[in-house]
Amino acid sequence: MDPHLQAQGAAPGVDARDRHNARSYLIGLLYAVPLTAASFWAATTSFVYAPAVPVLLATLAIAQMGVHVAFFLHISSAPDQTNNFLALAFGVFVTGLIVFGSMMIMSHLNHNMMSMDQLMKMQR
Amino acid sequence: MFGRLSWSAIPFDQPIVMGTCATVGIVLATVFGLVTLKGGWPYLWREWITSVDHKRIGVMYMILGLVMLVRGFSDAIMMRTQLALAAGHAQGYLPPEHYDQIFSAHGTIMIFFVAMPFVVGLMNFAVPLQLGVRDVAFPKLNSVSFWLTASGVLLVNLSLFVGEFARTGWLAYPPLSELAYSPGVGVDYYLWSLQLSGMGTLLAGINLTTTILKMRAPGMGYSRMPIFCWTALASNLLIVAAFPVLTATFAMLLLDRYGGFHFFTNELGGNPMMYINLIWIWGHPEVYILILPAFGVFSEVVATFSGKPLFGYRSMVLATMAICMLSFMVWLHHFFTMGAGADVNGFFGIMTMIIAVPTGVKVFNWLFTLYGGRIQYSVPIYWTVGFIVTFVIGGMTGVLMAIPPADFVLHNSLFLIAHFHNVAIGGVVFGAMAGYTYWFPKAFGFKLNEPLGKAVFWCWFIGFYLAFMPLYALGLMGATRRMQHYPDTHWQPLMLVALAGAVVILLGIALTAVQLAVSIRQRHVERDRTGDPWNGRTLEWSTPSPPPAWNFTHMSNVQQSDAYWQMKEEGVAPTASPGAFVDMYLPRNSPVGVFLAFFAVILGFALIWRIDWLAAVGLIGAVVVVLREAWKTDLEVRVPAEEVAAFERTYATRGPGTSGAVLDRKAARSGERS
Amino acid sequence: MSVGEQTLLAESGVPLSLRGPAPVRVVAGFGFWLFLLSDIILFAVLFATYSVLSGSTAGGPTATELFDKKHVFLETVCLLASSVTCGFGSLAVQRTDARAMYFWMGVTFLLGVTFLSLEGREFAGMVAAGAGPSHSAFLSAFFTLVGTHGLHVSLGLVWLLIMLLQVTTLGFQPMVGRRFFAFGLFWHALDIVWIGVFTIVYLGAR
Repeated sequence: MDPHLQAQGAAPGVDARDRHNARSYLIGLLYAVPLTAASFWAATTSFVYAPAVPVLLATLAIAQMGVHVAFFLHISSAPDQTNNFLALAFGVFVTGLIVFGSMMIMSHLNHNMMSMDQLMKMQR
Repeated sequence: MFGRLSWSAIPFDQPIVMGTCATVGIVLATVFGLVTLKGGWPYLWREWITSVDHKRIGVMYMILGLVMLVRGFSDAIMMRTQLALAAGHAQGYLPPEHYDQIFSAHGTIMIFFVAMPFVVGLMNFAVPLQLGVRDVAFPKLNSVSFWLTASGVLLVNLSLFVGEFARTGWLAYPPLSELAYSPGVGVDYYLWSLQLSGMGTLLAGINLTTTILKMRAPGMGYSRMPIFCWTALASNLLIVAAFPVLTATFAMLLLDRYGGFHFFTNELGGNPMMYINLIWIWGHPEVYILILPAFGVFSEVVATFSGKPLFGYRSMVLATMAICMLSFMVWLHHFFTMGAGADVNGFFGIMTMIIAVPTGVKVFNWLFTLYGGRIQYSVPIYWTVGFIVTFVIGGMTGVLMAIPPADFVLHNSLFLIAHFHNVAIGGVVFGAMAGYTYWFPKAFGFKLNEPLGKAVFWCWFIGFYLAFMPLYALGLMGATRRMQHYPDTHWQPLMLVALAGAVVILLGIALTAVQLAVSIRQRHVERDRTGDPWNGRTLEWSTPSPPPAWNFTHMSNVQQSDAYWQMKEEGVAPTASPGAFVDMYLPRNSPVGVFLAFFAVILGFALIWRIDWLAAVGLIGAVVVVLREAWKTDLEVRVPAEEVAAFERTYATRGPGTSGAVLDRKAARSGERS
Repeated sequence: MSVGEQTLLAESGVPLSLRGPAPVRVVAGFGFWLFLLSDIILFAVLFATYSVLSGSTAGGPTATELFDKKHVFLETVCLLASSVTCGFGSLAVQRTDARAMYFWMGVTFLLGVTFLSLEGREFAGMVAAGAGPSHSAFLSAFFTLVGTHGLHVSLGLVWLLIMLLQVTTLGFQPMVGRRFFAFGLFWHALDIVWIGVFTIVYLGAR
């Protein structure tokens, strides 16, 4: 092989040791389908206590994302995946801060900066 | 045909601007003319413009930062002069609509086009050398990043001559920055130039993070990495996490302005406070992106010039990573007064005070490194000691404002201005200057002139205190920021002192240019023949100055931190060949960066002036450039083994490990000379 | 480092962090993963904005009035299926099996196009009904969040076509293999973002 191409290393998956197989995608699909269907059911049913529905939806969403990360993206706790996993954790940390931090701050700001007629409406 | 562009966009009626235009035109024509006369374009194109070598790109970033420092500082001198004059009934010489553009440009340029290029340039140059590897992870992407930053610079500078700049401050808060209140092109110039350079910065962040985590010399585990690389890692992680926030927020403001959307408008449900919330989610990590590499430079300098290992390596690493995480948890302290209430303010106030603790740990570690060391009073140590004193003062005023009730008095006053200039100049600028002086011999093969270097330091140090201590007092007296004139004539003497300080700093900047010219003329006297002018501790000092394109002929096997110091102690010459020389494969130069930037400028300019067909040209051009590059398969250049061997032979005789101190040590140990 | 040197170090039990520079495919994969995380943070900002502004309808149409859950379910099925078919296509690329690659990636492309046309129909309908993005902050946030995801899907499909063209013209070189790997990461990440979109935007509208 051209030594210069060899220096680049092999393409992903050529070395059988780091190839994944169709099974992980099929298992992922097997988990994802009921979780997705459950989400849509939870949003429309009256079976679940109404105030608990957002929590249920969030849990199902996190579970679906987890299935994707584990079975489609192949991120795991294996030693060669440590950097990937830590980077994901940092990303999740920042995402959480941005979304929940903003929601909390804006809700406080909106409450304190309410206009007079909004305040009046709240009195009634 | 030309959208909103017409001849009236050129400010023929503004003498200062037209004068600047003429001067810049003459300077550019002279420089370009000289280069053409000397037949320098092929050299520049081949060796610099299309280079994908991190050392070249790092130098270009530094040059960009230094040039923009002149523009940003001229804005500062204009503001100081205006404020020295405009007391009581006097109006000064800058009407408000100009003054507003000047302070907006000053902040935008200093943060985005001076500080960021300095810091990214230093990291680009030094990190691969310290890690003991050939280049960054993605050399071509590195070139693209630099050129996208340069395209942002070009657009910002164009705004001076064609059109106007934003009048909204360096962060362009809505609703003032919305179309209704800023109908001109100024805010569009601001937004598009920062979107382009922001993309460049994000790509650089990805590049350097990948390099540090995935490409280090064999044996260099995380605990053996130089401390500068740890701070670079933290800074680049912050870039990757924070810059998308800037991109998204600016995109929403652009949608408001161009598409009639209502994210931050006053009507139809828009919420301007959300912009301020989002922009500071980016803005706070941004200041840590700037300061962490400066901390890294000081760590390296303090260890090298004390002749001791850095005190408390592990606590430094922990402190750095703690600052990285905490920097995302304090952003509301930039808008305590916006009305989130005591509970929210209290949380963020406490978090802000907590983040001062790891910085304090670092200061103590630097002091303990100096203590008991044999200190060489070199120019970098001057910058370091100046930094420790100045930055601690600035940090303390920051902790003071972290207390929400105190901030209610001081928010947006000159006290705030003094605080952030205190930490930015005392921290980032002093760090950049220390790094510049420290690594200059490695980059160019000769040292900078020492006496002039010390003069530059004293000008900046004295000038800073003269310029900003009065502002602390003025802020407490009630003076606000961004004011074009003030009624209380009692403030004027302090404003005059501040102007004097600015003039002293101007002298410092001028002396930097003089120092460079003198050093180039004296380069044969101050030549660095050993590659190790400071008796350094880390791997970059094991290479010749300047290093060959491939950095290291053989990748060393690292066994502990301060790897090069260990090699010197044990008498291992790092360029000893363990075997035969092999062919080197280096990434081929590529014009993709400069071509992409060319079309980016066209796209940006066209979007600003609403010239649709030109925007299409820019976009299609950029896409074509990328696709052409995607099909290239001849991506590497082969450096034959014979050439590497010849290079090594030339440098072996004057190779590293032969500086006086090491010879003495080795002679003392083995009783013979090497 | 050569492949041989790396294997030697790996087999001698040396930890990953001490083995020297990682192979190009690992470096490229990690770099792209970082890029994807930065993209997810961009979406986080759009999600945060949507959450904050979703109630600001300025007297205009609200979420419950506008969204059709059955429509969204169809879009979700398309995207989930396309993730799985993309996975099969990636395996074909790694096996250098051109026929299987064209088949699975072709199905992925078609599912993506179906998703986009469903979404396009929804957007057009809303605009025609006077619920375009310039009518309220809620609508601006909706169109931007969902539209940015759609834009990413569109760019992804263009990228897929380019990749198929690259395999056709350049063959299964390591460089092409690395780019396909990156495409796979991108496509799966888009489905992850879609989970957030349909949960928060469509199912969350109550």
